[in-house]
Amino acid sequence: MDVFKQLKDYYWPERRLLVASIVSLIIATALGLVYPVMLKTLIDDAILGGQFGLVPTIALTVVGVVILKGSFQYVHGLFGGRLGNRVAYRLRNESYKKLQYLSFQYYDKAKTGDLMSRLTADLEAIRNFVGFGFAQILNMILMVVFGAAMMIYINWQLTLLTFVTMPLLAFTALRFEKKIHPAFQEMRLAMSHLTTAVQENITGVRTVKSFAREPHEVSKFSARSEEYKENQIRAAKIWGNYFPVMELLASLCIVILLVAGGTLVINKQLQLGELVAFFSLIWYIVSPMWGLGFHINNYTQSKASGERVLELFNQYVHVKNDERAITLDDEKVKGHVRFENVTFSYEGKQPALKNLTIDAPPGKVIGLLGGTGSGKSTVSQLLMRAYNIQDGQITLDSHDIRKLDIASLRSQIATVFQETFLFSASIRDNIAYGINEVTMDEIIRACQLAKAHDFIMELPLGYDTVVGERGLGLSGGQKQRIAIARALIKNPRILFLDDATSAVDMETEHEIQAGFRELMAGRTTFIVAHRISSLRHADEIIVLDNGEVIQRGTHEELIAVPGHYQDTYNIQYADRPVQSNSSDGNGKERRVAH
Amino acid sequence: MSTQQSKASNKRERFVYEDDQVIEKPFNWAQLGRLFHYMKPYRKQLLPIIITMMILGTATRLAIPALVILAIDEAIWPKEGSPSLTLLYTYAAIMLGLYIIQWGANTLRIRYTNIIGQRIIYDLRHDLFSHIQKLSFRFFDKRPAGSVLVRITNDINALQDLFTNGVVNLMMDCVQLVGIVVILLLWNFQLGAAVMITVPLMIIVSTSLRKRIRFAWQDVRTKQSRINAHLNESIQGIKVTQAYVQEKNNIHYFDHMNTVNMKAWHKASALNQTFGPVIEITSAIGTLILFWYGSHLIQTSVITVGVLVGFANYIGNFWDPINRLGQMYSQLLIAMASSERIFEFIDEKPSVPELQEPKKLREIEGHVKFENIIFEYEAGRPALKNINLEAKAGQSIALVGHTGSGKSTIINLLCRFYDPVQGRVLIDGQDIRDVTLESLRSQVSIVLQDTFIFSGSIRDNIRYGRLDATDEEVELAAQAVNAHEFIMTLPDGYDTQVEERGNVLSMGERQLLSFARALLADPRVLILDEATASIDTETELKIQEALKTLLFGRTSFIIAHRLSTIRHADKIIVLDHGVVMEEGNHDELIRQKGIYHGLIEAQYRFLSA
Repeated sequence: MDVFKQLKDYYWPERRLLVASIVSLIIATALGLVYPVMLKTLIDDAILGGQFGLVPTIALTVVGVVILKGSFQYVHGLFGGRLGNRVAYRLRNESYKKLQYLSFQYYDKAKTGDLMSRLTADLEAIRNFVGFGFAQILNMILMVVFGAAMMIYINWQLTLLTFVTMPLLAFTALRFEKKIHPAFQEMRLAMSHLTTAVQENITGVRTVKSFAREPHEVSKFSARSEEYKENQIRAAKIWGNYFPVMELLASLCIVILLVAGGTLVINKQLQLGELVAFFSLIWYIVSPMWGLGFHINNYTQSKASGERVLELFNQYVHVKNDERAITLDDEKVKGHVRFENVTFSYEGKQPALKNLTIDAPPGKVIGLLGGTGSGKSTVSQLLMRAYNIQDGQITLDSHDIRKLDIASLRSQIATVFQETFLFSASIRDNIAYGINEVTMDEIIRACQLAKAHDFIMELPLGYDTVVGERGLGLSGGQKQRIAIARALIKNPRILFLDDATSAVDMETEHEIQAGFRELMAGRTTFIVAHRISSLRHADEIIVLDNGEVIQRGTHEELIAVPGHYQDTYNIQYADRPVQSNSSDGNGKERRVAH
Repeated sequence: MSTQQSKASNKRERFVYEDDQVIEKPFNWAQLGRLFHYMKPYRKQLLPIIITMMILGTATRLAIPALVILAIDEAIWPKEGSPSLTLLYTYAAIMLGLYIIQWGANTLRIRYTNIIGQRIIYDLRHDLFSHIQKLSFRFFDKRPAGSVLVRITNDINALQDLFTNGVVNLMMDCVQLVGIVVILLLWNFQLGAAVMITVPLMIIVSTSLRKRIRFAWQDVRTKQSRINAHLNESIQGIKVTQAYVQEKNNIHYFDHMNTVNMKAWHKASALNQTFGPVIEITSAIGTLILFWYGSHLIQTSVITVGVLVGFANYIGNFWDPINRLGQMYSQLLIAMASSERIFEFIDEKPSVPELQEPKKLREIEGHVKFENIIFEYEAGRPALKNINLEAKAGQSIALVGHTGSGKSTIINLLCRFYDPVQGRVLIDGQDIRDVTLESLRSQVSIVLQDTFIFSGSIRDNIRYGRLDATDEEVELAAQAVNAHEFIMTLPDGYDTQVEERGNVLSMGERQLLSFARALLADPRVLILDEATASIDTETELKIQEALKTLLFGRTSFIIAHRLSTIRHADKIIVLDHGVVMEEGNHDELIRQKGIYHGLIEAQYRFLSA
C-alpha cells in the first residue's frame, strides 16, 4: 500500500467522490441482501405458511429494491469513473510537467517507448484501480462480511462449518499474489523490448533497407516476440493453476452447506426456507472468492504501474534554479559570455571539455572548429545550462549562470541544433515556437533572413503547410533553414549555430550569414562549422581538439601559422582556380531561382 | 461529426495531429473470417481439447443448481415419504465430483486457450512485421513512425484479449444461455416461457445502449491517440523545447488537451455505468413474474417449491452472460477496428515489387547507367526530368546541385528505394527491376547523412554491414575510417552500449560508424550521401585516403556540399531542378566556366568578401 500512500496527493483531493462512490456501493450491496430475505419469506411464510396474499407485496418489494439498488450502483459507477478520470488527469499533467523539466542528462539515457508506456498503459492501470478496483475490493470484503453476518444471524453453527475452507483460500490467494507479481514485471519488460525493436526498425528503415537487412530484422523481432509470447504463456499458466483452485475452494463451501444444512433440516434443526436463504447468501461469499484472483491481479498490476509512475515523479532533476536565482532584465542584457576554465564530462565518459576559456563580448562572433567529438556541441549545451559543469564557471554579463533563473537565461539565447527537430505543426507555428506573440510579417522577415521564404512559398500551402514527425517531406537543408528562422525570430542576445548549415549549400549559407550578421550587430554569435568559409568572418576562431583549445585567433592569424586550421584550409582550398577574377558575373547569373 | 469540429479548432492550436478514422462501419464478417483463419493451424490439436473442456466446465456449472434442487426436493423435503440422509450424501458426493471435474476442465481450458491465443497473436504480429519489412519507401514516407509502431504493438495487443479469453468466453456464455433456456423450458414450460418474456426486452435495451456507449468510447480513443502523438513528439523534441523555454506554454497546451480527454472519459464512463443497472432493473421484471406466477403455480400444485428455488437460481445466472455478451460485442467491435488497421497494412503492396521469380544479381563490376529517367515523388511534380548518366566500373561520380535539384533522388533510384516513372536503371547492363532487392542492395551500399544507431554495442552497430564479420574485421573497418581511436576512448571500447538518441556519440562519430558499416559490407558500388557533412575536414581527408584504396575498382557516387570533397571525382554531374546541366571532371568543368566554375568561384568570393 506504500505506493498508494505516495500517490495520495493525486486522489485525496477527490476524497468526496471516493467516499460517495464507496458509500453508494455499500448501500447497493446491502440492498442486494434483501433479495434472499424476500425469497426466504416467500417460501417460508407465503408458500409453506399458506399466506399467499403476501406474494404481491413481496414481489413488488423485490422490484422496488432492485430499482433502488440499480440507482445506487449507477451513482457508484458515475462517481468512481469520475474519480479515476480526475486522478488520471492529475497524474498525466504531473508527468508531463516533470518531463518538461527533466534535464538533458536524463534524456540521454531515457527510452521514448518506455516513457510512453508509463504515461499511457501505467496510468490506465492506476485509473482503473483508483476508480473501480479499490471500491470493488472493499465491496468484496463487505459482501463477505454482510453475507456472513446474515448467515450467522440465521444459524451461526452452520455458518462456521460452511466457512471451513476459507483459511486455505486466503493462504492460496497470498501465494498467488507473490508468484504473479514477478511474472507481470517480466511481461512488461518483454513488451518494452519488443517495442524498442519495432521502433528502431521503423525509425531506421533507410539503414535497414540500404543494407538489405530485412531478414535480420525479422529474426531479431521474432526473438523478442517469442520472448513476449513465452512470458505471457508462463503468466497464464500461473493463473491457470491458481484460479481454478481458488474457485474449487470456494465451491467446496456449497458442498459443505448442502451436507450440513441438509442434515440439519432433516433433523428439524433448521427451516427449509432458512436453508434456501443460505444457498442464496452463500453466493455473497463464493462469488467474491471466485473473483479473488482477478482482483489480486488487478491490484498487483496497478501497484507495479504506480511504482513506475512514481519512479518518474521521483526522478532527480539535475539542473535546477538556485534558491535565490536572479531574473535578468531583458532590456539590460548585453550578452557578454565568458567561459572560465570550464571542465565538463558526460556521465561515465572522459571529459568533453577541459579547462576551456572563452571571452565573447557583445557584438563579437566566435567560431568553433574541431574534429568530431572535440566538444563543440557541448559548448552550446553548457551555455544554455542543459548540464551543470564540474569545474570553472560560465558567466553572462558577469553573472554566474548557475545563479540565474534558468528560463531567464535561456530566453536570451537562441540555439540552432545540429539535428533539426520540427514539430507536427504548420511551418508558421514551428518558426514561432520560441515566442508568444508574433505577426506574419515578422515570420516572413525571419524566413527571408534564413533564406527559407522562397521554398516555403513554393509549397502548396505555404506557411500553413503542416510538417510531420521529424519534418518529413523537407530536405535536410530546408529543415535547417526553418530552424534558423526559428532562432532569428526570437531576436536573441546570443545566437548559437551548432553546425546548423551543414546541409545547406555554400552560396545559400553565405546569404544566411549576411542575414544574421545584420540582425546580430552589437550582439553575440557563436558558430560551429566545418567549412572555413562559414568561420571566415568570426572575430575569434577557437580550434578544439579532444576538449582542449589547440589554436585561437582570427582567420588571418590562424592561416598564417602552421597548425590544424591551416591544414583544414589547405584541404578545403587545395586547388583554387587560376582565373578567379574574370568571371564575376557568372556565379550570380546562375543562382537558380529557388 | 466531432472530427470536423476539432479540425476547425485545431487551426488555432499549437500542434496539429491527424485523427485516425473513427467512422462507424458495418460489421465486417469477411475480416472476422480472415482473423479466424489464424486459428486454423490449431484446429486439430488444441482446439478440440479447449472446446471439450469448455463444454465440460459449462455443463457442470449448469448442473449444480439442478442438483441442489434435486437434493432439496428428494432428499431433504420430499413431497412423499421421509427425508433420506443417504440420498443427501449421494447428491453431495456427485456435486463434489462435478466441482472437481470443473476444476480440471478450467485448469486445462485456461492453459490451452492462452497457448493458442498467444501463438495466434505471435503469428499475426510476425506476419504484419515481415510484411512491413517488404514495403517500400513510399509507404514510410507517408506515415509517422509512431503510427506504424502502434499497429504492431497496440493494435495487435487489442486482439490478444479476443483470442485468449474473448472467443472462449463468448462461446461459454452462449452455451450457458442456451443451456439455461433449455433447462427452464424443460423443467416447466409455462413458468419458463413466462420468465423468458423479458429476454427480448433486454436485448433491445442493451443493443441501443451499447451503440451510444460505443460512440463515446470512440471519441475517447481519438482524444487519447492525439495525446499519445503529442507525448511522443514532446519527448523527441525536448531539447528544442528547453532551449526555447517553452515548458510552460507546452504544459498549458497539454493541460487543455488533457482536460478535453478527461471530459470525453467522463462522458463515456458515465454512459458505460448505465448499462449494468439498466440490465439489472430489466431483470427485476423477470423476478416479479417468477415470484407472482411461480407462487400461483405452487398454489395450484403445478410445481414444487424446489422448482421455484431452482428457477430463482438459474435466473440469477442468466443476466450475467447477457451483460457480458453486450460488453463482448463492444470488445469485438474494438478488435475489428484494430484488425482493420492491421489488415490495411498487410494488404499494402510494395511500390517497388520484385518480379514473380526474380534473378539474383550476379557479382557485379559496377557499371551503372541511367537511361531517360523520369521520376516524381508526387504526381505532377517531377523530381527528375529525363536523366541520362553513366558511371563506368570503378569510376567515382560526384553529384552537385542545390537542395531539391535531384541528387538524392538519383541515389534513391540507384538503390531502388523507388522505381522511375519512365526509363530504366541498369547495372552491368541488367535492369535493376529484374533482380532481387537483396542481391542488389548487398552490392550497393549507401552511407547516409543521418546515421541511424541501433541500441546495442558499438561492435554490433558496425557489424550491421556484414553480419558474419569477425571482431577483427569489425575493428579493421573501424581503423580504416579512423573511428577506432574515438571508440577506444569510450568506457567499454567496442562493447560500449549506445542508444538511438543520447549523447554518447556525436553526429560526426555516428557518421564514422556509418562509414565503417558500409566498408564492412564490401559493396561494389558505394554511395556517400552528404556522409561527411558533420565530420571535420581532417578526418574527412583521412577517410578519403582510406577510401581511395578501398574504392579501387569500385564505383562510387558522392553527394557533398564541400567542394573539396568532390574535386577528385572522375566525373562531376551538376544538377538543377531535375536536369543535368553540366558533366565532366573538375578541370573540364572549370574550363567550361559554367555553373560549377561559378560555385568554385563563389567559394573564394565568400572567403574574401
